[in-house]
Amino acid sequence: MEALSDLLNGFATAITPANLAWAALGVLLGTAVGVLPGIGPAMTVALLLPVTYALDATAALIMFAGIFYGGMFGGSTTSILLNTPGESTSVVTAIEGNQMARQGRAAQALATAAIGSFVAGLIGTMLLVLLAPYIVKVALKIGAPDYLAIMLLAFIAVTAVLGSSRIRGFASLAIGLMIGLIGIDFQTGQQRLTFGIPQLADGIDIVVVAVGIFAIGETLWVAAHLSRRPADIIPTGRAFMSRDDWRRSWKPWLRGTALGFPFGALPAGGAEIPTFLSYVTEKRLSKHPEEFGRGAIEGVAGPEASNNASAAGTLVPMLTLGLPTNATAAVMLAAFIQYGFEPGPLLFEREGDLVWALIASLFIGNTLLLILNLPLAPIWARLLKTPRPYLYAGILFFASVGAYAVNASTIDLMILLVIGLLGFAMRRYGLPVLPAIIAVILGPRAELWMRRTLQLSNGEISGLWSTTLAKVIYLIIAIILLWPLISRFLLRGRHPLAEAAAETGVPVEDQEDDERRAANRPVGEGAARSRVLEAEPPDTDGGRDERSRP
Amino acid sequence: VSALVQRLRGRSELGVSVLLAALGALVLVDASRIPTNFTQRGPVGPAAVPVVVGVALLLIAVLLARDVLRGGHGESEMGEDIDLSHPSDWRTVLLLIAAFLANVVLIDRVGFPISGAVLFWGAAYALGSRHFLRDPLIAVALSVVTYLVFSRGLGIGLPAGPLEGVL
Repeated sequence: MEALSDLLNGFATAITPANLAWAALGVLLGTAVGVLPGIGPAMTVALLLPVTYALDATAALIMFAGIFYGGMFGGSTTSILLNTPGESTSVVTAIEGNQMARQGRAAQALATAAIGSFVAGLIGTMLLVLLAPYIVKVALKIGAPDYLAIMLLAFIAVTAVLGSSRIRGFASLAIGLMIGLIGIDFQTGQQRLTFGIPQLADGIDIVVVAVGIFAIGETLWVAAHLSRRPADIIPTGRAFMSRDDWRRSWKPWLRGTALGFPFGALPAGGAEIPTFLSYVTEKRLSKHPEEFGRGAIEGVAGPEASNNASAAGTLVPMLTLGLPTNATAAVMLAAFIQYGFEPGPLLFEREGDLVWALIASLFIGNTLLLILNLPLAPIWARLLKTPRPYLYAGILFFASVGAYAVNASTIDLMILLVIGLLGFAMRRYGLPVLPAIIAVILGPRAELWMRRTLQLSNGEISGLWSTTLAKVIYLIIAIILLWPLISRFLLRGRHPLAEAAAETGVPVEDQEDDERRAANRPVGEGAARSRVLEAEPPDTDGGRDERSRP
Repeated sequence: VSALVQRLRGRSELGVSVLLAALGALVLVDASRIPTNFTQRGPVGPAAVPVVVGVALLLIAVLLARDVLRGGHGESEMGEDIDLSHPSDWRTVLLLIAAFLANVVLIDRVGFPISGAVLFWGAAYALGSRHFLRDPLIAVALSVVTYLVFSRGLGIGLPAGPLEGVL
């Protein structure tokens, strides 16, 4: 197996004392920042980018692998120990995890999350090792029209499949494309949207965009609606599990992994759908269905494994095609570009040593995470008590440091603020953030492929769909775009959500929704979230009810 | 006119449409200004994609306005520390922006250790922290430690300002 020998070489690069130290530091920083409420994995990676500037590329990517897994685990710790779910991917974990924590089983919830994440990360990274060389081989044979089609598919998929409102997704996409246009045209050297400001000629740094949208936008948005109630944090001891917990956890881990990985690898996969599916599956297969909603360990083990497997899955299109499919992968791709690597299938050929070292460090980061985080759980729990003013002041502080450090220029800080205000408005008016960030990163690349394609075809527009693969992809795009019409025609008035509810036994209250809007969200994030929350029996919902009372 | 006002009330989301339309117009105007000359290689010039994006922005602005006027609205984002039952707290937001801008103005003049401390203390104050001894102390400590870690440890230059040589 060629891939295995490459992987062994990767381990040889990654396992030096210095690199192991970077990986451990990455895991600790990633978990510490990820645990802080309000900071998801994408913001964790964006905020910690500047720390890696000074390192050489190998050490930086190795540290990144640690930050990546640390940030993910930090997020699930928050959702188990705090009584409100944060990122959409931890919503499902929070349901059972928080109930377990309230019954004094926080240590077991954290342990099944950590070990499940480890198992899922291990299997997911193995699948990445097996799949990546094969996909790269195929990807190297496809041409410019295919690349353009794949990128357009990524745009349409993240915009039209995820989220609750298509038009708002497209608004976000267009804003991102516009930001991506700023700078000098790569072919002719013409300035576009620079307004004579010399610092804009190089374009807006992707790091500044990511930090602006995730960190500044989020801080301003939280500031406008800061909850004045002190957070209700459940203390915990060292994370551990009993034999019975193990017996109940191992199958959900494997099933969650099987659900999460393929969804992560798809252009519009995301982790919301597989975590929700995993929850529903475990509820149905469990011998203790009555425990669901009251702290069933299967309901933490499955979704948490699924979440991590999905994260490993997103690395497949990111490393082989240069295609980010979730926010964290988008920020990591931004980091690649920052280090001067051209993402895409050639990455494996040109920077093979580096990519394999990164994959090896994913295994290392995953293992370190397990070793470090089981005993450190009580310390992470204490971090949750950080006073909110210090937490968000700290985010503004480090976001400013990061944006300034890119070019040592205050112009970047002003751009950071403008993009932060944009991020604020997007959160206020329900514009999803992901399409914008993906458009900023992929927009210029898609333009490059489009112009290359039309150059090859001598301006003949049919050159865009001159290959079979491109034709198939455009067909898929058309189906996604026309899906609301198609589904209405196929189901003849049957409500897609109602059907799903009949299948899973989960009640749906969305039916009074305007039919057109509801048809747009059969499996979207909003749908999954509202359905899961409704799955909770009312008697255990006391915390949330108190919250919503004025 | 009053019917129109009635219809527009509570529809601040139309502002998003206005913003999108303005951005679309901006992109189109900028694209029209790009000369298509001999430097162009291939059939597609530097203005083509901006035109597509500009038209898309205008189109989306119209469709979004239609959706809003028909009663559609975006769902505000939720989070761990967010309580949407109160109206927006603009005072906090403006104070935060002021603290952010203070750092922008000060960083090249008095150096990062001071401007960063002002940023942190100002932001903590804006968010409601009122420990008049602890807040500035934390701000200064964080700022100085960050400066030392970045400039000494990581070799990333942050301006020292008048404290050059002291730190």
